[in-house]
Amino acid sequence: MNELVATLAGYSSAWFGPQWGPPVWVFVKTLVLILVITLPLFGCVAYLTLAERKIIGYMQVRIGPNRVGPAGLLQPIADAVKLMFKELIIPAGANKFLFVLAPMLTLMPALAAWAVIPFGPEVVLADVDAGLLYVMAITSMGVYGVIIAGWASNSTMGFALVCVLLVSQSLNLSDIVNGQARGRFAAEGLNFLSWNWLPLLPMFLVYFISAVAETNRAPFDVAEGESEIVAGFHVEYSGMTFAVFFLGEYANMILVSALATIMFLGGWLPPIDAPLLNAIPGFFWLVLKIGFLLFCFLWFRATFPRYRYDQIMRLGWKVFIPLTIVWLVLVAAWMQTPWNPWQ
Amino acid sequence: MLENYFPVLMFIAVGLVLGGVLLAVGRILAPHKPDPKKLSPYECGFEAFEDARMKFDVRYYLVAILFILFDLEIAFLFPWAVVIPDIGFFGYAAMMVFLAILVVGFVYEWKKGALEWE
Repeated sequence: MNELVATLAGYSSAWFGPQWGPPVWVFVKTLVLILVITLPLFGCVAYLTLAERKIIGYMQVRIGPNRVGPAGLLQPIADAVKLMFKELIIPAGANKFLFVLAPMLTLMPALAAWAVIPFGPEVVLADVDAGLLYVMAITSMGVYGVIIAGWASNSTMGFALVCVLLVSQSLNLSDIVNGQARGRFAAEGLNFLSWNWLPLLPMFLVYFISAVAETNRAPFDVAEGESEIVAGFHVEYSGMTFAVFFLGEYANMILVSALATIMFLGGWLPPIDAPLLNAIPGFFWLVLKIGFLLFCFLWFRATFPRYRYDQIMRLGWKVFIPLTIVWLVLVAAWMQTPWNPWQ
Repeated sequence: MLENYFPVLMFIAVGLVLGGVLLAVGRILAPHKPDPKKLSPYECGFEAFEDARMKFDVRYYLVAILFILFDLEIAFLFPWAVVIPDIGFFGYAAMMVFLAILVVGFVYEWKKGALEWE
């Protein structure tokens, strides 16, 4: 593998000369790695939509899509093809530039944040020290696509993450995962008890609920409530403009689940330190945990009725913010004491 | 150090380009036959009652300002949380003073009814 990479780098130098060869090589390599992350992500989004329809179907005692391909497995492909051939309608009263820019602005942060997500030990595209800060900054850009519901939830997410920082003392996402592998429980092989979800349990819940609100998912989907405002801003988007919005929102769901996994559920670490479980690649554990959180997203949608806007505001400002401030003070005070089985 | 950020920058560019490419694919493959009725605003089948560009309720601005305050505060908390073992009790106490001032403001907002949404 390393030889192959070296050979390819050599070709680049041979073709573009010693001055331009290395930069061109870095550019091509990065582009390939980005596509290696992005294209499977698009596949995940496609099959997340199928999973959503199937799971909610079964929760409502229906079968869900089952006509296209075996057990409906080709349904997302058919949907994608259909969306490609649908006419793009730009309403006469709309500002054409902003109308087309909005779906792109929803998709871009949902993709770009994946640059710093570690998929395993040392498996990360950009191992930057301010990884968490970058993710917070870029995902808040997504609010420009959809303005309303993101506000209250974004602040509480920030507070919950500060508590994670207090216990892990790093903004680098790989270091945060590695930090969860130490402590008394990890020493006895019970990895899953040393992950951040246990010492920071209220923050984990606040983070995840805020994440559901941040991604405009039920029961906090006031911006897209189909029974009240016929899907809100989506209603006048058709064909690929709608598909790009959709892609961005589902990629965002996968992203916040991946972040919750990295912050609270030990990332790629196996739940118990046993030889058999350690033999399974870390990527499998990461995907398993992300899959579980995504299932919760679908489960919530099938279970809870939609909140009203004032109820969401009350939950965010009057419950979560006071709760997170109190927890922040407590965790910071606790970090001053020597008694800490998680260190 | 800074070259670590090159993939990040490139990912942002690729994210925008991919969105553009997908929209272009739709524009090329799909039919394009606009007519005045099709391009009129969606209003459940009848003529639009009023212009969609109406004024926002001032309460949204109030919430936006509160949001900015709390987000700024989190920007202060991030570096503090990372170095908490190094700065010891003094650092902890200093941040508690800051948070106490903030909480006073928050309580004031709450009592004033800025967080009500009726």
